[in-house]
Amino acid sequence: MSTAETRTQAGAGAAAAGQLRRMPGLVPVTETLRTVERRAPEPLTRDADEDAGEGTGGFTGGDAAGGLRIGAFWRLLGSELALTFRRPRNMALLAVLGVVPVILGIGLRLASSTAGDGEMGGVVQNLAGNSLMLTFLSFSFLVLLLMPVAVSVVAGDAIAGEAGGGTLRYLLAAPAGRGRLLAVKYLNAVVFGYAVTAVVAVTALLTGLALFPGGSVTLLSGTTITVGEGLLRILLAVGYVGAAMAALAAVALALSTFTEVAIGAIAGTLVLLVVCQVVRAVPALAPVTPYLLPTRFTDFDGVLRDPVDYAALRDGLLSFAAYIALFGSIAWARFSGKDITS
Amino acid sequence: MTPVTVTGTTQEAGAPFGAAPPAGDSSAAIVTRGLTKRFRGGQVAVDALDLTVPRGSVYGFLGPNGSGKTTTIRMLLGLITPTAGTYDVLGLPPARALPRVGALVEGPAFYPYLSGEANLMRFDAADPSARRATARRRIADALDRVGLSAAAGKRYRNYSLGMRQRLAIAAALLGPRELLILDEPTNGLDPQGTREVRALVKEIAADGTTVFVSSHLLAEIEQMCTHAAIMRSGRLVVQGTIGSLSAGRVPLIRVETPDVAEAARVLGELGLSGVQAGAGELTAELGGQRPEMINAALVGQEVAVRGLAVVRPSLEDVFVGLTGEGFDVDG
Repeated sequence: MSTAETRTQAGAGAAAAGQLRRMPGLVPVTETLRTVERRAPEPLTRDADEDAGEGTGGFTGGDAAGGLRIGAFWRLLGSELALTFRRPRNMALLAVLGVVPVILGIGLRLASSTAGDGEMGGVVQNLAGNSLMLTFLSFSFLVLLLMPVAVSVVAGDAIAGEAGGGTLRYLLAAPAGRGRLLAVKYLNAVVFGYAVTAVVAVTALLTGLALFPGGSVTLLSGTTITVGEGLLRILLAVGYVGAAMAALAAVALALSTFTEVAIGAIAGTLVLLVVCQVVRAVPALAPVTPYLLPTRFTDFDGVLRDPVDYAALRDGLLSFAAYIALFGSIAWARFSGKDITS
Repeated sequence: MTPVTVTGTTQEAGAPFGAAPPAGDSSAAIVTRGLTKRFRGGQVAVDALDLTVPRGSVYGFLGPNGSGKTTTIRMLLGLITPTAGTYDVLGLPPARALPRVGALVEGPAFYPYLSGEANLMRFDAADPSARRATARRRIADALDRVGLSAAAGKRYRNYSLGMRQRLAIAAALLGPRELLILDEPTNGLDPQGTREVRALVKEIAADGTTVFVSSHLLAEIEQMCTHAAIMRSGRLVVQGTIGSLSAGRVPLIRVETPDVAEAARVLGELGLSGVQAGAGELTAELGGQRPEMINAALVGQEVAVRGLAVVRPSLEDVFVGLTGEGFDVDG
């Protein structure tokens, strides 16, 4: 069979020179000629006229190449973000997080209308006075579990998901570069963390404005501020909670570099989170709690003090930065030298 | 087992590939020296491999399953760190050469929820030397080249195995490549798909691209390669041009006939040696004889010739001759 086939192809090359139409993929020699014509004028390195640094040696140096490299980084990040924000699973997570504040708002509205004037609980009383409070309330409900779940899914999937699907080897052979890929994956998770935070904040704000009277905001300290100032403080809280999610994403990303099963990295992160909560609940372990990541999650309520408790926010942010540095290093140490066998 | 390097008679093989070639300009597309990979647990997947892949060649990388081919390819692509040894790709360290290398490693792997086109865009974005401005055109070209243009917008999930394989080849062709590394490119393809891949490899090689193709199918390599190396249990058994590999083996002529005895006499008279008679057929070493003359002689002596074929020595014979073992028995 083999010799016959070779003969056929050789024959086709000599005889069928005028026969241009081809079947998909079955390439007669005429096709080869066409391709040679099309390809020959191209230099070995692509677009050599534009890539100043991309000479024959394959070096990238100089300003143009530096610009190219930065552009390529943003392109990969854009591709990553598009992949994340188009994936139905991730959009479903965002949708769930958007719905919870609405449910919470409706629940509280019903509670406030059925309760008599003097019987309103502290929370409801707070809300009845100002619509902006629902945002902070939603954060305190979601920041300890549901938001971390969403962030862990994306960050835990980052490397392990690509490894499990086999696409990691093609990304690295492209070559995406290990450090570059890890950086892009982390930034992507951070953006998703802020998206999660923003979705909660925005839906809570809109629900609050729709269901509760606007006007001034009464703080935990008892003083009252204007709506404009209240919005500023919401922005502050979003920044803080987003940073908290970024710290969690670093942990999930580090775990993600150790496995080829995405669900393992996701579950691992959530187990760590739950263990932290258990430790926090045990009074005898109190000396440990300040070092646990979730302890700082709820410190966003510093923005509800008067004046804003910047010391608490700063301590929290420093703690997040420490977690990002530590787990980012672990992820890098593991990923940079890992044998990719998936 | 000592690796045998056969220096061939044809143009490419004669060039000496000595020590480390000058960076950036080398006559070899791939050079490895003592390349070794020992996995955690002590298993030696690749053992002191010395490969030299000449530029412009179609280089067949042969070996039974588990002989270390894929591990070698993963090292060449920087996916696995070697335990020992050095290697150059296109005269450069692999990390710098990779933008000019297209690769298919251990079967296709894409995002199932993206279309073929979107998948290629994704991998193009991962290559820092690829330009976004030309991406659409390059992707369309690559899809066209593998005959997938019609299915460009279809989700990868719904691709057949053959289409997936072709998409993987398209991904390897996204830019102008100097070297194409194809690991088992015909795995899982039907005979039609196999033929298509073979034609594509020949076409790519005609552009001057070096093609390094691994396979566990000897016949396939024989048909499309100019050079070959044979691996066994992580070690190199032999490398050289296809011609030189089978140089020591002589072609045979095989005659199908009911008159075996008479045919044997005629072949003997013609001076053919090694005549072996079987049931309804016989073989002899062709020597310098022309097959059509043998046929004429047989017919002239009124031998009923039902079939006549020249049997060229196969790489399998070479492999068996070098190792004393069948090709596929080794796990």
